[in-house]
Amino acid sequence: MTVKSVRDALNEALFQEMRRDPSVIVMGEDVSGGAGGSSGSRDAAGGIFGVTKGLITEFGEHRVIDTPISESAIIGLANGAALTGMRPVAELMFADFVGVAMDQIYNQLAKFRYMFGGKAKAPVVVRMSMGAGMNAGAQHSQTIYSMLSAVPGLKVVVPSNPADAKGMLAAAIRDDDPVIFLEHKALYSTKGEVPDGEYIAPLHGANLVQSGKDATVVTLGRMVPFSQKASAKLAEEGITFDLIDLRSTSPIDEELILESLSLTGRLVVVDESNPMCSIASEIAAIAAEKGFSSLRGPVIRVTAPHTPVPFARELERMYVPGPDRIAAAIRKAVKGE
Amino acid sequence: MQQSRTDILRAYRQMRMIREFEEKLHIENRSGEIAGFTHLYAGQEAIAVGICEHLTDRDYISSTHRGHGHCIAKGCDPRLMMHEIYGRADGLCKGRGGSMHIADIDKGMLGANGIVGGGPPIAVGAALTCLARGDGSVSVSFGGGGSSNQGTVFEAMNMAVVLKLPKIFVFELNGYSEHTGETYMIGSDIVQRTEGFGLPVFQADGFDYFSVHQAMADALEHVRAGKGPCALVAEATRYFGHFEGDPQNYRAKDEVKGLRETRDALLHFRARVTEAGPLDAAELDAIDSEVAAFIEDCVTSAKAGPTPGPEVMLADVYADYQDKP
Repeated sequence: MTVKSVRDALNEALFQEMRRDPSVIVMGEDVSGGAGGSSGSRDAAGGIFGVTKGLITEFGEHRVIDTPISESAIIGLANGAALTGMRPVAELMFADFVGVAMDQIYNQLAKFRYMFGGKAKAPVVVRMSMGAGMNAGAQHSQTIYSMLSAVPGLKVVVPSNPADAKGMLAAAIRDDDPVIFLEHKALYSTKGEVPDGEYIAPLHGANLVQSGKDATVVTLGRMVPFSQKASAKLAEEGITFDLIDLRSTSPIDEELILESLSLTGRLVVVDESNPMCSIASEIAAIAAEKGFSSLRGPVIRVTAPHTPVPFARELERMYVPGPDRIAAAIRKAVKGE
Repeated sequence: MQQSRTDILRAYRQMRMIREFEEKLHIENRSGEIAGFTHLYAGQEAIAVGICEHLTDRDYISSTHRGHGHCIAKGCDPRLMMHEIYGRADGLCKGRGGSMHIADIDKGMLGANGIVGGGPPIAVGAALTCLARGDGSVSVSFGGGGSSNQGTVFEAMNMAVVLKLPKIFVFELNGYSEHTGETYMIGSDIVQRTEGFGLPVFQADGFDYFSVHQAMADALEHVRAGKGPCALVAEATRYFGHFEGDPQNYRAKDEVKGLRETRDALLHFRARVTEAGPLDAAELDAIDSEVAAFIEDCVTSAKAGPTPGPEVMLADVYADYQDKP
């Protein structure tokens, strides 16, 4: 184990998989950067958040492909390469840009295997940075996993820590299905212990981060560390809870959620996305449908409001569910206040 | 480009196969047994066949909603295609695709496509694989005039140029963009527009197999020399509507009749190879009869094919798990 940032863990996974399998290729805007620039450097960017740094030096421009700003064509490039035997890792600089590429994702990539009779395989990983926290405004801060998890044929994962960042990216690359891999941009510098050497973490399955007796708190991404902060506050009041890191929003690990709920009887879902038709709604529905007899009170959803992500520091802070709001919601679930 | 007697016979058979497949579907569609939308390719046979006769299973194509001709020309089994169009469990895509989503990856056929402009970005990705393999294989996207107005196609053309990919963009101009004339829909000259992206354009008469075949030979020489992508533009017509059932109110009364008399790729081919060429009409007549009987049999077996059940519906969404019924 070595302490590393999420950014470095992701970078390590890319090196690991590209060394292991020559069919793994990386493509996207500025994944190396510098081509045609006056400095002559071909590792000038390494991706907007530095995740692909150094790849061009070891693997060259045929495997680390700088593309024009053409999101449809980037995903198309990955789709066609995957159908014909490659394992592309495509980067969309910001998850919000998925709108430009949506047809290639939800009408093409997600449907190849099914529509073509099960014979087609499209092992594409689409990496995207997501989430609020950088005051990047309404078109650079969304989470989008709710929207994409609604599409059959896509797997959607949201790592919350450096070990999962490394292990899940490697697993996504080896997976034979399309995987939407969402990296929270406010977590890139978060550090944690990461297994050394070749490391794979399962794509499916939620993780019980901590155990408690009073409630089940289901969350993901940046809301995991925020919920841990809430836990520290509530512990002083004698409230403890099961904290479940979803990791994957498609598929959802229903078993772990329902098992925990059967022990605690109270459910709080913490989700950074907008509330309508969200992962939070989905988990509430699962509880209502399959865990109704365990529920001792209403399910509480802690989400962003039904607004675009606002810009100003004060507004964005209000928009994102923070530790205080999460703690208040859990307190309410447990004490009914 | 010189072609052997075998080549010519095969090309004619492929064109006849497409024509017969589509004419038969046009008739069968009226019975109501075929579900969904069917877009017929008849009238454009020389383009699909003139291009695909150059290709092997190592080469790739992407197709369109009007995809039957491309599928047959690229080697998809017409019988399995017919079963697919009838929605049978033993169809090429198990009845989950239908007319607009026929694909056979093993044949290098990356799919018909329900989205206009959906195919070219995918074919650009396949060209990346061709380049990586370095075996001279190429990737071809088919599209109509309508698709030439999609931003996805513009993106795909620029991407292919930037990455110097072995990729050929085929534009088949059949005169219409769905229910509206191409002259109205395409706001600039399509050849100039394509050249503006940096793609050399090879032009062909889309009613003439030999013209298309030659243009494709030139296009292949260009991409295989490592000079990057190019385009092939061919004019043709479609004998039927945008989809089966289209009343075609946008067409003058006798337009198709006149085109069938004066501009028919199969008649043109026949005349060319029998009058000045190596074949006699009897050989071609024999192909016509054989293909007609084969297609008839395909329809018969498709009608009798097994209907898919829930296990077909739920399978193959993911590789490693599936939803419960």
